[in-house]
Amino acid sequence: MKYLRRRLAHGIMLLIGASVLCFLFTDLAPGSFFDEIKLNPQISPETVAALRAHYGLDQPTPVRYVRWVESVFRGEWGYSFAYNSPVRSLLMVRARNTLLLTGVATLLVWMIAVPLGIWIADHPGGWSDRLGMGSTAVLLSVPELVLALGFLCLAVRTHALPVGGMVSVGFDQFGQWSKLRDLLTHLIIPVLTLILAGLPVLLRHVRSSMAEVMKAPFIDAARAHGVSNARLLFRYALPAAANPLISLFGFSVGGLLSGSLLVEVVTGWPGLGPLLLEATMSRDLYVVVGVAMSSTVFMILGNLLADAMLVAVDPRVRMQ
Amino acid sequence: MTAEQATKRAARPALVRVKGLHKRYVQRRAFSRSRFVVDALRNVDLELQPECLTALVGASGSGKSTLASCLAMLEKPDGGEIWFEGREISRCDARELIWLRPRIQMVFQDSAGALNPFFSAAQIVAEPLEVQRRESGRTLHQRACELMEEVGLSADWADRSPLEFSGGQRQRLAIARALALQPTLLILDESLSGLDLVTQAQILNLLADIRVTHSLTYLLITHDLSLVGQMADYIAVMHQGSIVEHGTRQRVFGSPQQAHTRKLLAATQDLESAFRAAQAEART
Repeated sequence: MKYLRRRLAHGIMLLIGASVLCFLFTDLAPGSFFDEIKLNPQISPETVAALRAHYGLDQPTPVRYVRWVESVFRGEWGYSFAYNSPVRSLLMVRARNTLLLTGVATLLVWMIAVPLGIWIADHPGGWSDRLGMGSTAVLLSVPELVLALGFLCLAVRTHALPVGGMVSVGFDQFGQWSKLRDLLTHLIIPVLTLILAGLPVLLRHVRSSMAEVMKAPFIDAARAHGVSNARLLFRYALPAAANPLISLFGFSVGGLLSGSLLVEVVTGWPGLGPLLLEATMSRDLYVVVGVAMSSTVFMILGNLLADAMLVAVDPRVRMQ
Repeated sequence: MTAEQATKRAARPALVRVKGLHKRYVQRRAFSRSRFVVDALRNVDLELQPECLTALVGASGSGKSTLASCLAMLEKPDGGEIWFEGREISRCDARELIWLRPRIQMVFQDSAGALNPFFSAAQIVAEPLEVQRRESGRTLHQRACELMEEVGLSADWADRSPLEFSGGQRQRLAIARALALQPTLLILDESLSGLDLVTQAQILNLLADIRVTHSLTYLLITHDLSLVGQMADYIAVMHQGSIVEHGTRQRVFGSPQQAHTRKLLAATQDLESAFRAAQAEART
């Protein structure tokens, strides 16, 4: 518990540090949301100055940071200039969409990588090992942008899958099953891209962790007692190999909000990715800070979850 | 063991008879298609007399552990025969190994690595009994505690993690686990390496005791000839994958036939005298 309390305190410090840096760097970026409005001859400089004063942009950075922190505690997370609404309400809808996409992709990646990695590790040097390592090497060298564009091209040519967006036109008029089916078909391209982008790294980690543990003397000892291969893999080797995998799982959870931004932009998924791109282009300061901070919160929570799981699962960590 | 006892035991058929054993490892060079071959065992012949302690000595990389792994059926030899209790076992399939596994047990060098850190001490000792379906439920835990006490570990420590034990205690735990299936052959692969002299002596005493109570045959693998000087009945010397000398302790120590054995003995004597000099220096 002491270890977890220390990790929690560490996480809170990290969050404060990240919020300061995030706010500072976003603020230091050249230009502001009102620069474009200034170019409009129909809007007087006095009006622009009044708008800047209204949103508090005429205040020094530390004052604005404190005001932003106050708004976070009020549950607003700042104010979007472009949408003229609190950032939180914007983020909640987009984050839900992103979580749907990354949650499904992360679940599938783990469900594929763990059994496949164990199987490959159990046949070192065999055809499955060579095929697995070869195909992951190819996938590692292909950027996810190329994968997404490839799938989109295929979908456009074959008309087999919907291209772009999360739902079809007239979604609200569909029945329950049709809605589900429509959502699932829209998920296929971005999820497949995320799976193929995330699978190689995870598969290689599972394989190498398991292969290393399979050489441990306690595995030899168990084999000498007549322990079956399946039991050896799942009861003996997997818990011992889980340590690096749990850390990786923490990263997966941490990346739930930030891991799919590019894929969302390319496939038109209405998640945080397009919102962040749009907000960055228009210098919508608090939206950018809000997206960055929500990703940071997830990253810290993911690491905390991994730490808690390590303490619960691994007696070697408890001993330390 | 007296000369008379040795003669009596030698008259009985050997428990293990190894004939022309061969094991080769083929490894690929990094970033190259070329391969290189390591002959870990070359035409090895060896006999282990029942209820005797045979010490297998040799330098690192001489093939001792590979021979032990082949005898424990952890590795398949590429050629030759292994006869155990009058049965050829080198080509046993998985079903036949079920019969064989409990008969041959092994205690490994790395006591920390050889015990599953995710199990408690009792679970570790009970594991072979559970796997071989010898005991279950409450009797399983009870039997594990009995075995722990037999090797000098308190049953109160049954729920402790192996990480909480000292090196010597962990080795005792490994011995208790090996004894669980009542084997006839116990292979001790450098099991005393890394332990201090007092702990080594305690473990050797324990091994001597359980050898009598369990009628065990030992194959003690070591590179330390001074360690086996007091205890071994037979000594086999390995060099570059082959057994270059094999005989009774008295014969090998008294009149070594091979140059490599003489070298090993000289090195041991040098080490012993250096150790004594260091001890004397420490006292002054």
